[in-house]
Amino acid sequence: MMGLTPNDLIVLALCIPLFTAAGIFLADKNPNVREGITLVGSVLLFITIVALTPHILDGERPNLKLIEILPGLEISFTVEPLGMIFALVAATLWPINSLYSIGYMRTNNERKQTRFYIFFAIALSSVMAIAFAGNLLTLFIFYEVLTLSTYPLVTHAGTEKARNAGRVYLGILISTSIGLLLPAIIWVWYAAGTTDFKAGGILTGQISGPLLTLLAALFIFGIGKAAVMPTHRWLPAAMVAPTPVSALLHAVAVVKAGVFSVVKVVAYIFGLDLLATAPGIEWLLYIACFTVVAASIVALQQDNLKKRLAYSTISQLSYVVMGAMILAPLSLIGAALHIAVHAFGKITLFFAAGSIYTASKKTNVSQLNGIGRRMPWTMTAFSIGALSMIALPPAAGFLSKWYLLLGASQQQQYIAMAVIVMSTLLNAAYFVPVIYAAFLKTEDPVQERDHKEAPLPMVVALTMTAAATLLLFLFPGLALELAKAVGVPV
Amino acid sequence: MMSLDLYNYWVVIFLMMAGFYMLIASNHLIRKIIGLNIFQTSVFMLYISLGKVAGGTAPIAAEGIDTYSNPLPHVLILTAIVVGISTTSLALALVIRIKESYDTVQEDEILELDSIADEEGS
Amino acid sequence: MINEHLPALQVVVPLLAAPICFLIPNKRLSWLFATLVSWLSFAMAILLVIAVNDGTILHYEFGGWAPPWGIEYKVDIFNSYVLLIVTAIGAAVFPYSWKSIQKEIPETHHRIYFTAMLLCLAGLLGMTITGDAFNLFVLLEISSLSSYTLISLGRDRRALTASFQYLIMGTIGATFILIGVGLLYALTGTLNMADLASRIPALEGSRTLEAAFAFLILGFGLKLAMFPLHLWLPNAYSYAPSSVSAFIGATATKVAIYALLRFLYTVFGSSFSFDYMQVHWLLMPLAIASFMFASIVAIFQDGIKRLLAYSSVAQIGYILLGISLVNVTGLTAALLHMFNHALMKGGLFLALGAIAYRIGSTRVQSIAGIGQAMPYTMAAFVIGSLSLIGVPLTVGFISKWYLILATLEKGYWPLTVLIIISSLLAVVYTWRVIETAYFQERPAGAPAVKEAPLSLLIPTWVVILANLYFGINSSLSTDLASHAALLLFGGSLL
Repeated sequence: MMGLTPNDLIVLALCIPLFTAAGIFLADKNPNVREGITLVGSVLLFITIVALTPHILDGERPNLKLIEILPGLEISFTVEPLGMIFALVAATLWPINSLYSIGYMRTNNERKQTRFYIFFAIALSSVMAIAFAGNLLTLFIFYEVLTLSTYPLVTHAGTEKARNAGRVYLGILISTSIGLLLPAIIWVWYAAGTTDFKAGGILTGQISGPLLTLLAALFIFGIGKAAVMPTHRWLPAAMVAPTPVSALLHAVAVVKAGVFSVVKVVAYIFGLDLLATAPGIEWLLYIACFTVVAASIVALQQDNLKKRLAYSTISQLSYVVMGAMILAPLSLIGAALHIAVHAFGKITLFFAAGSIYTASKKTNVSQLNGIGRRMPWTMTAFSIGALSMIALPPAAGFLSKWYLLLGASQQQQYIAMAVIVMSTLLNAAYFVPVIYAAFLKTEDPVQERDHKEAPLPMVVALTMTAAATLLLFLFPGLALELAKAVGVPV
Repeated sequence: MMSLDLYNYWVVIFLMMAGFYMLIASNHLIRKIIGLNIFQTSVFMLYISLGKVAGGTAPIAAEGIDTYSNPLPHVLILTAIVVGISTTSLALALVIRIKESYDTVQEDEILELDSIADEEGS
Repeated sequence: MINEHLPALQVVVPLLAAPICFLIPNKRLSWLFATLVSWLSFAMAILLVIAVNDGTILHYEFGGWAPPWGIEYKVDIFNSYVLLIVTAIGAAVFPYSWKSIQKEIPETHHRIYFTAMLLCLAGLLGMTITGDAFNLFVLLEISSLSSYTLISLGRDRRALTASFQYLIMGTIGATFILIGVGLLYALTGTLNMADLASRIPALEGSRTLEAAFAFLILGFGLKLAMFPLHLWLPNAYSYAPSSVSAFIGATATKVAIYALLRFLYTVFGSSFSFDYMQVHWLLMPLAIASFMFASIVAIFQDGIKRLLAYSSVAQIGYILLGISLVNVTGLTAALLHMFNHALMKGGLFLALGAIAYRIGSTRVQSIAGIGQAMPYTMAAFVIGSLSLIGVPLTVGFISKWYLILATLEKGYWPLTVLIIISSLLAVVYTWRVIETAYFQERPAGAPAVKEAPLSLLIPTWVVILANLYFGINSSLSTDLASHAALLLFGGSLL
């Protein structure tokens, strides 16, 4: 990667997934070549993103202008620390997830695998574009591309049930984004004459008072991907998708695109100081708090493992929104960190759920008694992921919650602090019984099938993400350094 | 009396309303066309009466004639009459085709046939 | 030399070509001839746009009779822009027609088809270019009569009743226009638009003038399918042959809107139309009703053509809304949408014609599963739909953006909300089609479907790519539209 300027790297990051998609299309007839292309493409993307990181740490903010649609409205890309964190997370997990997908899709004999890999690659390309978006318009365009490109993945099964779930998925994501997010963007453009992301915000002196609160509400509910209640219904619906999709897209890429956008808007469009002057802004924080608690309580009642994980995701996403809406620099660090931390933890949990399904065809929590002895690797990884969700050391979840708490106490947001503590207990309440049942209960006497661990690629993948969750706790330097630079002018 | 001075307008308005009524109220396609024709004719009358100058003769440049009617509206309305004839003939041609394929020229019956076809999903 | 006569040739060439086309015995030759003429018209329109782009106004006096006695043709930025829209769509539809009508129109009628299309083109161009109010009526009737003929050529017998219905409504509209023009003549003794414009301000307050105004608004409202006078349109578009739907759907209503604007701004003048008659308070509620009502109705349609027809009514609502805002941005949005809607609806109808060519039906249910079988056609349809919704990078976004800006400039933010809601409705009605095509299986036993032939795909894609090109590089169309809007408001250029 020597000799490439940061701008070249941005172009590469956007194009590599697209070329991968084209390669997959051409290799339709030969599954081994096809999967090879996916792996090579994902590793190349990872290398590209890693090569870009030092530039950002050095304080560079490479900027790439593509086209100007109307005066002041352009498609442009700028890399800043928050986007870097998001891109790094997605690019790290794509190769691992590809490895896992190969095991999952082949063992379960899924249909139309070529289409699956193509749309996966396109989704990754739009994730990169969202991470590097230089203004709201660019963000919006690729936000919609991401929605549309993941639709075929959600409805992959092709059944009536999958199609109905797909309708809920599209219906909520499209209607919130066009109905609320787009007007918010137009409003910003109308007020500020630009939609560029700028550290410290662009709205100071343009909008003030209650209108600011209204605009913030439009953004928070308009970004449906952040799944703040009541816009969260699409996420449980999306669980009909094959598990690798739920793992990478609905625990990492799509949902993180949502909370990433929220944090980005708070830090780079409003600016913390301006938003703090908005009357009643704390109500948006309370809605996020409510989502954290309510989703945890719903998760407690779910027997289907993937549904339980989905509601857990909704609750964890609102941590990030909380982190942004506490409006303290420390909690913003927590929010940025949580994007990375939750990604590694949750993908591990989904990998585990998929590997349980692949090996045993079991989908419900109540069926998992004693499964830890048959699948020790999977369930150990599951436990590490769960620890991270609960935020116990030595899992990485502890780090981000620590910063959230620090920020909340600094701002004297006692409700937020209480919610963090309460939801930690709730997280424990819905994850610990699973671990307990898996390792300590005896197996039900009647077993439909005799099984061991899931196929090797899947086990390797989930071991890697579980290990990453621990490593992120032990060596948080890079993530922390990036998170601390979020929203700080260079 | 002023309103009687403008009796040509009253004639035009009467014709127009009669034609319009026939056009809307009639169920028979041919009658609709006749209504349309009366409606159009009323407008022709409007134009022609506009061109009339009191005491004027036909606009022929001859000795001893110094007031004559304005010829322009008459010329214009010749064009409009041609347009009207084309419209009528096209409408009649359509009615013939409709009669051939529906075997009726009553609007309600045609609508009924169409709604049957709709239900059959053709 | 030839440049001098361009304004006349623009109309005369297709008008004279029509009878010649009918006399050519060979079908293929008559098609080639008609296509050539349509391209020639397009070239002339481009030349005219270039000629007037710096703000000059071309005058052409027929037979050397100086206005106000003779008929004058007049080209400025505004109508050259409309000429460009009409001829561009014509240049795409004519080559497309050859294949498209093979299956939709009996062979014996092919020559009639091309003749009528040329007449319709000539009529629309003439309406746009003429500077004479009565001449406008005559050319309006030429284009209308030929479009009644074209619609009646549809395969379904309901095309005949649709055509008849359109004929009745269209003639009522045209007669209203004739009455309006007649009253204006009675008041001023002139038919030349520029001459009328100079005499009307003195007549403000005259009851006859108000009546003329009302008749003209009503007449053009009928022709451009303004809610609730739109009832003829869905049937006419649904049962016409596909290429006719594409041509008329993209151009005829646009020209009627042009004529309305010409009367509102040039003939009556904006101070009479808006300050005195307050016509925008009539147009605005009707415009809102158009795009809300028609978008909702479109959701429940079984036939895709009818769905697109209702969507056209909705899009006309956007254009009228832009006009009724009475500011430069709103008028720019309206003019832009005239151009952009022609591109999107033209592209969609052309794609739909390619589908009809292969599967013989345009009902939503009958296209189940053709996404894989006709990838290029359906991709074109998807891009056209995105444009209709107003997704960034398509032309639909550009016009909606200007429209929303115009509502914000006026401070009418509830209108902004309504525009966005109706865009969401557009998502719903186009999504039904796309979902059926891509995510439902072809019913068992349905005949295999192949991709449409190139002679249909190329014109479709040219129009669709124009949707993207003018959505990304919008400076050409926005400059033209905003200059034309400034011109109508009487502002100075550049």
